[in-house]
Amino acid sequence: SSNEHTLNFKKSKEACLSYIQDALLQKQWKRAAEFLTCYAESLEKDYSREHISPSEMIWRIGTEILWHRSQGSMKEFSCFMEQMKSLGVKRYLKVCLEHVFHLLCNGQIDEAYQNLSLAESWRFGEQTAIQDKEMKLIQAYRGLLDYYSWSKQKNILLEHGEDGFSDLAVEQEMHGYFRKAAMNLKEIIKIPGVWDIFVKCYVDLLEFYGDHNEARQVLNEYAYNSKFPANPNAHVYLYQFLKRQGEPKKSLISALKILHDIVPSHELMIDFNTMLQKSKKRKNRRLGLEVIFAALDYAGWKENAKAWSCLARQVKQIVISEKHLDWIKQEWNSRKDWWPAFHFSRYLAKRNWRENQSLSYEKALVAGILMGKDCKYFKYVSHQGCKAQLKQFRMLKKFVNKHSPVYLRIAG
Amino acid sequence: RDFNERCAQCSEVNWGLTDGGRFYCRSCHNVTERTREVVNTDFITNSRVQTISKGLRKQEKNDGDCEWYICEGFQLVLKKQVEALEALGICPQMKDEVLCNFWRCYLQKSKQAYCKRPAGETVKALSVCESSTDVDSDPERPSLLRLLSLSESEGDLQTDCSFASSVSKVSENTSVYSGSVDGSLYLMKNQKEKLRMTMPMTLSFCYMALLWVREPITLSELLRFVVEGHIPYLNIYQHFPEKMKLCGLDLKVFCIESWPVYEEVFNKMHELAAFLDLPRFPDITESCFLHPDMLCMKYLMEANLPDELHIWTCRVVKKTGIGEVDFLTLIPGNKSTRKVKYDVLAAAVIVVVLKLLFLLDDHYEWLLSEFAEERNKSNTEGGPYFEFKKWYEVVKHSLDVEQKKLDEERAKYQWRCEKPLFYSVKNKSKVLKRRQMVVNLQKQFGKLSGSMQRAEKPNPSSFQLSWSEENTDGNCFHGHSLKGILQEKCGLLTAMNPDYWLCTVKLCNEKLCGHLAHYREVEFPQSYHFVLGLFSFLLRIQPSYIHDEVCMIEHKLFNKKLSKKLKYNSILKK
Repeated sequence: SSNEHTLNFKKSKEACLSYIQDALLQKQWKRAAEFLTCYAESLEKDYSREHISPSEMIWRIGTEILWHRSQGSMKEFSCFMEQMKSLGVKRYLKVCLEHVFHLLCNGQIDEAYQNLSLAESWRFGEQTAIQDKEMKLIQAYRGLLDYYSWSKQKNILLEHGEDGFSDLAVEQEMHGYFRKAAMNLKEIIKIPGVWDIFVKCYVDLLEFYGDHNEARQVLNEYAYNSKFPANPNAHVYLYQFLKRQGEPKKSLISALKILHDIVPSHELMIDFNTMLQKSKKRKNRRLGLEVIFAALDYAGWKENAKAWSCLARQVKQIVISEKHLDWIKQEWNSRKDWWPAFHFSRYLAKRNWRENQSLSYEKALVAGILMGKDCKYFKYVSHQGCKAQLKQFRMLKKFVNKHSPVYLRIAG
Repeated sequence: RDFNERCAQCSEVNWGLTDGGRFYCRSCHNVTERTREVVNTDFITNSRVQTISKGLRKQEKNDGDCEWYICEGFQLVLKKQVEALEALGICPQMKDEVLCNFWRCYLQKSKQAYCKRPAGETVKALSVCESSTDVDSDPERPSLLRLLSLSESEGDLQTDCSFASSVSKVSENTSVYSGSVDGSLYLMKNQKEKLRMTMPMTLSFCYMALLWVREPITLSELLRFVVEGHIPYLNIYQHFPEKMKLCGLDLKVFCIESWPVYEEVFNKMHELAAFLDLPRFPDITESCFLHPDMLCMKYLMEANLPDELHIWTCRVVKKTGIGEVDFLTLIPGNKSTRKVKYDVLAAAVIVVVLKLLFLLDDHYEWLLSEFAEERNKSNTEGGPYFEFKKWYEVVKHSLDVEQKKLDEERAKYQWRCEKPLFYSVKNKSKVLKRRQMVVNLQKQFGKLSGSMQRAEKPNPSSFQLSWSEENTDGNCFHGHSLKGILQEKCGLLTAMNPDYWLCTVKLCNEKLCGHLAHYREVEFPQSYHFVLGLFSFLLRIQPSYIHDEVCMIEHKLFNKKLSKKLKYNSILKK
């Protein structure tokens, strides 16, 4: 409650906005609409110095309210958006874009396409040049919808192809969409930015029509051009492309290496480790160990049996060969203080055994090697396993016991 | 249009217009080849392009717009306001006999100065004087006649002044543009000495007239009615006749976007009273509504306090002398007496009484309340004793509810009305488009929220909080007894509370720092803060102003003791 007893236009509208904000945060759309009605007259006051003008406020708040209140009745929503478009020339294309997004979310692809085409043809003196970025986006999204149409035609064609029919008309249409899509998509990805979906679609088109060079160039640009923001997906796309193209392991590894640097917890790290383990080069195998340890630092991987089996396999292999134990030592050094509690607590031992035996097997192996046969995890799991008379676990116990000196060397 | 060049012959900048539309120098009558383009829009209502052959100014243009002065506008405002007051029950004499005379007096006192201004000054004040009426030609007797006819009253003209033959430059340079004749002049000229009219000042006029006839309405009530929309103030221009076009600088004068401030209206009123050389106002006696005895009764009721407290407020009033006629009655221009805020004064008296009886130190009042509670539980016959705790809970609850409502109303307050305002011709279409958009948005979202129509104005009421004795939930404390906190001593009823704490030991110099004391919530007990807050809400005024009056009353009350004491204690024995 305010102790103020004076009031002016500015203060009352500020208060109004804070009521709207509260209502929005509590999803009270009706109440928000009530206060927005009162706020509307701000449009008549010139606020050119404000950080966010009243017209932008009304656009954004109104969009939220209508989106949540009139779901299904897009008519009212679209009517409102049209009004907002006429409110601020400097924002015209932005409003168009957001309107298109809402239409797409509502499944109205055709209306979205119409709006995009309309927006593309908009011209307004110097504003057109100023809003160039938004225009590129609009063209890109239209390109995206063209790609979507192309994809549909392609599928039709493929079906017909199976039946032995060839449909020229469909084919022509398909090529038409391709041209339109490619032209627009190509333009947007030239500008530094995060364009995952555009890049994917564009590469898909290029691959279909056999232009692998262009595709490779596009993906390389997207991944390695320093002007573009660091984007893990870029490297994923490049890797997937190279894999599809049957590129040699060397280039695959170099693509994934960067991904490991940026996102050590990425799901592709399993593939990466698998590749690296098989490599003849020692430094690759070393990297593989580093990669799998790094991935398991992350909570999301704790119950990933595949990841643990990769680590277990590699650790086992190293122990058996008795070469490069120092690798394990190096990796374990920074983890020995916290991995025991993080992965190998008695509670986790019980849980893993109860929920996922193969997981517990792999983990027990790793635990036994890294912390010795007396560690909680190994003891519990191997005991349970032997009790259940599972051969696997008896073998495990034997193995760890056999190699227990290793632990001493690692720990020391 | 903006002809700023110096005359080739005499180097003066003093241009007029010939019949043929050419510029000529008025000092030396040198005619130039320059012609004036005629700007023709329907907004140039008072385009004063006239040639020297014509002497008189046309009253009405073909398009039906008339020329009007700012003062006429204010006169209309006052007229509307006083009509609204009449509708609220104020006696009609106020309008016809009092306010009109005040206004005429004001016009006389202020306009006299206009006439003394030399013509040359006019030219300097505006960059180019496209003067139509030649200054030498007949300075007209305006419009006082016209003004008075607008107010529908008869009476002698007490003025012999004439309005300035002001010129309003009509051009697309909107800085000197106005629908009225003297809009630009009005805002530009330094009017400190002449007490230029403003919208808040119209309320000062009203209050002054109300005080003169001693109507039962306080300034805080008046301002509350303004804010609630019962008295025209905001968007007053929608009451102007069609012919009086408002645009450009007029907007700065007449269009308000803030609530009137008590202090401002109050101070201006006193300035005005002095400016008009008014005599001593009619006496405020004990039977007047504005007398603290009466106002205390009203506020005690509204604050849900026992009627028995009234005896105490009267005692305090008597002891401090603030009920004296000479203290309460306004003598304009008298710098030695303190200007009296009747409503704040009465509220402060109640606060002092509460402090006398309950101490309000965040301990004693609760202690007393416990005793009363005990007694009320065990003894249900005879009326209940007043329990501070119960009272606090009931009143706080209502106060919180009302404050919350008020806060929402503040956020929802609508400042514009249907009639649009244009600053200049240029943005007319933009303004209309925006208005249309606002109306559309209000319709669309109004439908969503289910509140299409703006809530009807609540009926004007003198009481914001009301308590009914018929209510069985026992929330009304009017009839409660103070027996529990009083004792008899030498045949007199005194408070059981032996102590009192002063809000401040030394009063500040009001003229220097604006306040008698400086109120900071953290330095005072919560109960005191609550009580201040209650009256602050009722009067719509900052708690610090009530605190000032409390200090003033306390110092009067304990005057003797204060002057005797050499040391400054914070607690005095009564």
